[in-house]
Amino acid sequence: MSSEKEPLFSSKNIKLITEPLGSSNPITVQVLGICSALAVTVKMKPAFVMAISVMVVLAVSNVVISLIRNYIPPRIRIIVQLVVIAAMVILVDQILKAFVYDISKQLSVFVGLIITNCILMGRLEAFAMGNKPWPSFLDGLGNAAGYSIILLIVSFFRELLGSGTIWGFKVIPESVYDFGYQNNGLMILPPMALIVVGIIIWIQRARNKKLIETK
Amino acid sequence: MKSFSNTYIFLFSSGLVIFVAALLSIAAIILQPFQKKNVEINNKQNILTSVNIETTTKNAEELFSKYIIESYVISSTGIKKEGIDAFTIDMKKELAKPIEERSLPIFISSIDNETQYIIPVYGKGLWGPIWGYVSLNNDLSTIYGANFAHKGETPGLGAEIDKKEFQSQFIGKQIFNESGLFVSVSVLKGGTANPKSKYEVDGISGGTITSKGVDQMLKDCLSSYETYFKNLNK
Repeated sequence: MSSEKEPLFSSKNIKLITEPLGSSNPITVQVLGICSALAVTVKMKPAFVMAISVMVVLAVSNVVISLIRNYIPPRIRIIVQLVVIAAMVILVDQILKAFVYDISKQLSVFVGLIITNCILMGRLEAFAMGNKPWPSFLDGLGNAAGYSIILLIVSFFRELLGSGTIWGFKVIPESVYDFGYQNNGLMILPPMALIVVGIIIWIQRARNKKLIETK
Repeated sequence: MKSFSNTYIFLFSSGLVIFVAALLSIAAIILQPFQKKNVEINNKQNILTSVNIETTTKNAEELFSKYIIESYVISSTGIKKEGIDAFTIDMKKELAKPIEERSLPIFISSIDNETQYIIPVYGKGLWGPIWGYVSLNNDLSTIYGANFAHKGETPGLGAEIDKKEFQSQFIGKQIFNESGLFVSVSVLKGGTANPKSKYEVDGISGGTITSKGVDQMLKDCLSSYETYFKNLNK
């Protein structure tokens, strides 16, 4: 590591935030966190709150792991990462329950499910274990943002085609239904989320040829 | 990478676990009174929603003491049990007991000089418990309002039972048929309920197991009160 002090928002640090939004997106490129992308994208609102919660947990655990990275014995590092994530998630859940009970009721099991999101452990293991706290913090934010974007895109299409609403508001007028249009029940079921994610991956790779594996 | 001795690994992991455990227990103890208060307010809001009164977390307690005039506990044979607070009763535990031993809470509200009887219900959804309150008119058969909640049903599917669109279907339905037999209100497959029937409502498409859970919950819980309703109506 260079002894020279790096500016807080050097181009390298900015990249930590922008890259996960596109060319190294955790869902469409690294294909992590798929399970929760299927579960919470039926409607936009829960998807959004889930995205925010993941962002908080990922950014903070990245910083914590980065702070103690030199003291973690490599042989038990995965367990240590898991303990940090689990502790953070429980803490967030308890605080939500105490101060914003309504939101915590809406989220119900999702907060607990953050523990099983592979993006978290993926980032802790791949980035926070070998980098300083500030870049780790940015990396956490960036990856959570990349995750959030896909979540919101998927939930937008699933809510629109599956329930005829966006963010809970009706957008498809009643007259269209009178002509025989029906909400697509399949969109509500998890398999459609997988197909929508597949389509997003296809579009992204068609536009960015570098992402296509040579073999 | 540095290598660490076994003693260090052992001490590090113990220290970490003790630290995290202490942190979480302290957080739990500090936050518990707030959480309990929230749950209590939430219960009161649920009770009030079942008699179609809109509440916010701020005015729930005030409205509750205004509209809910009485609460007591009965046995399945319809006899009042003294000395038990209806609020402290856990429906899950009561439903696990044989019907003769159950303590059944009733809340009585008075709105526009009419009396409503509010019955707590508790049952199983797809992923976890579902519960709620059903209020009956003075005739003890017509549903005045209903409110359901759930622990973790699928959002957009089973979780829709806590929405107004689903709950308002129950208003005006009857749990006793014309000859006075207990029939409950059936929750049928989405879109198949006869709108003219007084005993059936539409379930949620894609939330079949949760809908069936609501159906079963109403039958199980309301039937425990059958004798009491009949005695009152005599």
